[in-house]
Amino acid sequence: MSKRWLIATMVAFSLIVAACGGDTGATTTTGGTDTTEAPTTTAEGDTTTTGEGGESTGYEHLDQALAGDFDGSTVEIWAQWLPESSEAANFTHTLEPFTEATGITVNFQPTPDYETALQVAVDGGNAPDLAQIAQPGKMHQYADAGSLVALSDWLNTDKLAAEMVPAFYELGTYNDTLYGVYYKADVKSIVWYPVQGFADAGYEVPTTWDELVALSDQIIADGNGNPWCISIESQEADGWVATDWMEDILLRTAPPEIYNQWITHEIPFNHPEVLEAADYMSQIWFTDDYAYGGNTYINATWIGETQDPMFAEDGPQCWMQKQAAWIGGFWGANRDALADDPNLPSDQWPIKPETDVDFFYFPQIEEEFGTPVLGAADMFVMYNDRPEVRALLEWLATPEAAEGWIERGGFLSTLTTVPEDWYVYPNNQLSTMVADATTLGFDASDLMPAEVGVGSFWSGMVDWVAANGEGTEEVFQEIEDSWPTG
Amino acid sequence: MTEAVQRLNPAPSGPRILRALLLVGVVVAALWVGLRVLRDPNVFSALGPTLSKLGQALVAIVLGVGGIWGLFYAGNVIIESLPGRAAGILRPYLFVIPAVAVVGLYLIYPTVGTVVESFTDVPEGDGPLTNYGQAFTNRDVLIALRNNAIWLLIAPAASVVIGLVFAALADRVRHEATAKSFVFMPLAVSFVGASVIWRFMYAWKPPGQPQIGVLNALWVGAGGVLVNLGLLEEVEPVAWLQHIPWNTLALIAIMVWLQVGFAMVILSAAIKGVPTELTEAARIDGASELQAFFRITVPSIRGSILTVYTTISIAVLKVFDIIFVTTGGNLDTSVVAVRMYQEMFRFRNFGQATTMAVILLIAVLPIMIVNIRNLRRQGVGA
Repeated sequence: MSKRWLIATMVAFSLIVAACGGDTGATTTTGGTDTTEAPTTTAEGDTTTTGEGGESTGYEHLDQALAGDFDGSTVEIWAQWLPESSEAANFTHTLEPFTEATGITVNFQPTPDYETALQVAVDGGNAPDLAQIAQPGKMHQYADAGSLVALSDWLNTDKLAAEMVPAFYELGTYNDTLYGVYYKADVKSIVWYPVQGFADAGYEVPTTWDELVALSDQIIADGNGNPWCISIESQEADGWVATDWMEDILLRTAPPEIYNQWITHEIPFNHPEVLEAADYMSQIWFTDDYAYGGNTYINATWIGETQDPMFAEDGPQCWMQKQAAWIGGFWGANRDALADDPNLPSDQWPIKPETDVDFFYFPQIEEEFGTPVLGAADMFVMYNDRPEVRALLEWLATPEAAEGWIERGGFLSTLTTVPEDWYVYPNNQLSTMVADATTLGFDASDLMPAEVGVGSFWSGMVDWVAANGEGTEEVFQEIEDSWPTG
Repeated sequence: MTEAVQRLNPAPSGPRILRALLLVGVVVAALWVGLRVLRDPNVFSALGPTLSKLGQALVAIVLGVGGIWGLFYAGNVIIESLPGRAAGILRPYLFVIPAVAVVGLYLIYPTVGTVVESFTDVPEGDGPLTNYGQAFTNRDVLIALRNNAIWLLIAPAASVVIGLVFAALADRVRHEATAKSFVFMPLAVSFVGASVIWRFMYAWKPPGQPQIGVLNALWVGAGGVLVNLGLLEEVEPVAWLQHIPWNTLALIAIMVWLQVGFAMVILSAAIKGVPTELTEAARIDGASELQAFFRITVPSIRGSILTVYTTISIAVLKVFDIIFVTTGGNLDTSVVAVRMYQEMFRFRNFGQATTMAVILLIAVLPIMIVNIRNLRRQGVGA
């Protein structure tokens, strides 16, 4: 008799655990209670895409949605931002006006282990309606497999091309068809530094490579620790930070044609220009005492914690970190603050951008190559074609789709039509930087074939660091050898 | 007498068969409806999020357990409605075929499919062995194979030896159960959990910073004492996971930590199964403890040692989580299973991924054969 009770208890227990376990999965913003009224205004700024009364947004399906045609339907959208992270919270927040205006329920699934989960879902016939993709190469693969809906068939591509930064619009196309709408951009050519520390020590922001090296030497000579905070450990994505450095430097030491040929393998991976860029990189990474903790620190420290020594109690122990703007949420005390409240806007962080930590443009190296900017971006692609899905994708191509996130900080839009005054620091400066760039380079490792771009390039960099910069030619030769044939 | 037999196996008749078929129809319809209900995520949404999940779980359990029971019951009724001899012949098949079908669908079919794909998923015009050629000339794959060999050489042996030592020692200890539970506890930890734990154990911070990793804290602490005594010049923390080639050994240590409990428990039971007369006789003859142990006890439990060794070897060949979570396969620590995952999900190169799987399969087969033969010889009882 007692055995039966035990079994019954275990069954009940597992039921309860199963019921409680899955609540952190989907975050849904549900609408649909207000069904019959006219569409509500969503934007506060003055833009051309407000759907109010009868004014057209320029996008056919979005107009229909704002008129309430798709009220009550559901769209499922997946993205890489981790559940309960500030990015997921910000995206949810930014989606709310859409649901209010159209009554379409948006089922946003932040998904850990994203690449695997997405691939399995698509291959299994269970693809989400829309999904975020960071690498154009991935988009090409899905397009080749026929999984993606061709956007140029129904989207107002003229309007989109006019309103988006051309480089991003182009990257969303493949075989002359538009497959992806770029949404969120990341600028990587910036170096963060402690404002107060620089002021106290009398350091000035460097504007050329030579000044950068001189500053590094100065910091060491003053006995102020090490000039550079660098680390690349990020578990299975180990090494991508190093690839960003290589790309940024290559853009500054070689013409854009070389950069593009490097990506498409018209020149070998270990072309002399590339090796020259590697030498510049070695100058910062592997010169004695330049990098805090040396090459062991670089390989052993998680990328979110790289900059921690900058916030040490007795003054910065490392002084500069080159990283995109997302790093703000990971500075020392900010990690804890955002863990407690992912919705915290950047002007309430313990360590604030601009006042506590500011950035400067990663300096020009060779004058003839101007002031290039290295960036990357996320796009949304469509797997299932339905009118309400089309409406959401069109909306994501408007400035309103970014507004909620922009005002919280940490978002840079790919559209040229976003009003400047929406942006908070640092993204207002960054959008200007992008606009003023002489060349806009897209992250090369995202464009190369996966075996290299997210494979041997990453692990090659890790090995190079482990060898403390020795054997540069061998490392790059190995990456070249691993380039897939055919 | 005949009445009892008749009740057991009533003669088949029209209405019986009809009733049987109706029952089958009802069960199938119930399952159909139930599965439709489960597929719809919003069916219980009126109950709110938690209750709706409970509702779905309840339906799933009733459907799963009840459905299987119902299908078997219905099948049995159909069989009983057949003439006696046919029923006797068919009944075993009713109960065995579903299990065999499931194994066939989920094990045999994918295995065959994987092997076939490793030969057929090649670029246009290339021969069937292209993937294998590529794999064996790829430096990263060769490193992974080498690492698997190292793992296979060290991990099972270390687990068995340490497990044997613990088993032998625990045998004589007063609080045997407590001692054994401590060694056994890691077995309850998932591979991923253990990897995360050990990542922190191995953590490295620059010299001069407080060491958050247990091993480095001990290392630097002990070294600090020696430095103060003037015996050492300086002590630096060790980057256990980054230092090639010792990082592989650091990862093997995690595996051994996980498997020692398993080895210890099996070997402990085996040691207790050795008749005490043998060891006592040996002691009377003047053998020392160690001699008695190595000359009498160990040979007697040879079958168990082999079983444990082969089981751990199979687990070692499959190891993935430990490497993936700690180093991601970088710094020369990769193994074939990690390569397979990367080929499949990062590079989407299914030809290479299936090749890795086949290599693992071939590596495991001889060990499996030895294991099964050994179990058979032991009579699956020891």
